[in-house]
Amino acid sequence: MEYDIKHHLTDDILMAYAAGTLPEAFNLMVATHVSLCDACRAEVESYDAVGGEVLALDVPDDVALAPGSFAATMALIAGGPVQETPVVRAPGSILPGPLQDYVGGDLDSIKWRAIGLGVKQAILPTSREASARLLFIPAGAAMPDHGHNGIEMTMVLQGAFQDEGDYFARGDVEMADSDTHHTPVADIHEDCICLAVTDAPLQFQGLIPKIAQRFARI
Amino acid sequence: MNDSDGKRMLWVSHMVRIRDNQDQAAFAELFEHFAPRVKGFLIKSGSDASLAEECAQEVLATCWHKAHMFDPARASVATWIFTIARNRKIDVLRKQRRPEPEELTWGPEEEPDQADVMALQQESELLGQAIAELPAAQRELIEQAYFGDMSHSEIAQKTGLPLGTIKSRIRLALERLRHAMK
Repeated sequence: MEYDIKHHLTDDILMAYAAGTLPEAFNLMVATHVSLCDACRAEVESYDAVGGEVLALDVPDDVALAPGSFAATMALIAGGPVQETPVVRAPGSILPGPLQDYVGGDLDSIKWRAIGLGVKQAILPTSREASARLLFIPAGAAMPDHGHNGIEMTMVLQGAFQDEGDYFARGDVEMADSDTHHTPVADIHEDCICLAVTDAPLQFQGLIPKIAQRFARI
Repeated sequence: MNDSDGKRMLWVSHMVRIRDNQDQAAFAELFEHFAPRVKGFLIKSGSDASLAEECAQEVLATCWHKAHMFDPARASVATWIFTIARNRKIDVLRKQRRPEPEELTWGPEEEPDQADVMALQQESELLGQAIAELPAAQRELIEQAYFGDMSHSEIAQKTGLPLGTIKSRIRLALERLRHAMK
């Protein structure tokens, strides 16, 4: 393991991932982070265990199986497993598996769009309750200063960034909410690539970014 | 009532029989125990009875087909079935993809250590007991968080309680659980 992850996802998010109540873009963030972070994986699986125990505990009085339910299930089994398209993943990619699935390949498959000052983004296809995008910030460059209406989570995939005295490297997640105004600056040594998810549009300070925001969907 | 310790290990051995021998008798017992629970879970999550029936059959069929994926050193059988049911819920009720982490699985020739399996299954038992012993209000909150298809803030809206209270109550319940497991 090349780097010790210091900034993790919160218990709330990990529990909601286990419960299956998060928007798809947030699920993508959790699956991507957990692919790199065994501490959070253990946390998610302990919340899975809570779900399992609640399932085991609950004997529903008013729920009965349909007549012939078992025979129908055996017929499903006889029909063979549901065919799943085999997952093809690039080994050694900086994109963890779940992210490769959404990009449709490795780094060279990302469809970047410039959003100014060398910063690029690629919006990933998820349900509309929240959005997920990849961000490319040139080494040493800053993201525009922005606040938030909702929750924003940003995870580093390549390079690193500095924000308000905290340092974020591969696997680290920065959590921001409506109280946060921040200006992440990419580390000088390498271009920074991040996964960012949010459940509300970002609010940029200043007129130009506000206009750009209407077109760039950030 | 909760499953006893031995019952948990029995479900694990049922899974091994299903995996290694396609044992229909073992599967029938697993089905009888878990299929109604999965159906109940889906109904509580907002499904109608006929869709829940259909999904419960699919979930149990998946248990058969994916028996080789079950790792008893990481999960109880109930937990494993819960994750399959939850994924089916997201797929069918919410009509979304479920991004999953990269898998960490045993190789085809390897088996988890039996002591690790015993330890994990015993810890699951403690967790189950702790949930059973929670005050009813706290247990219901946890059930709502898992089985109601809603966020913590939606629970607050539904019950008219402030969000902070709900969150700290769930956290308290979980802390009790963690403490009970030590």
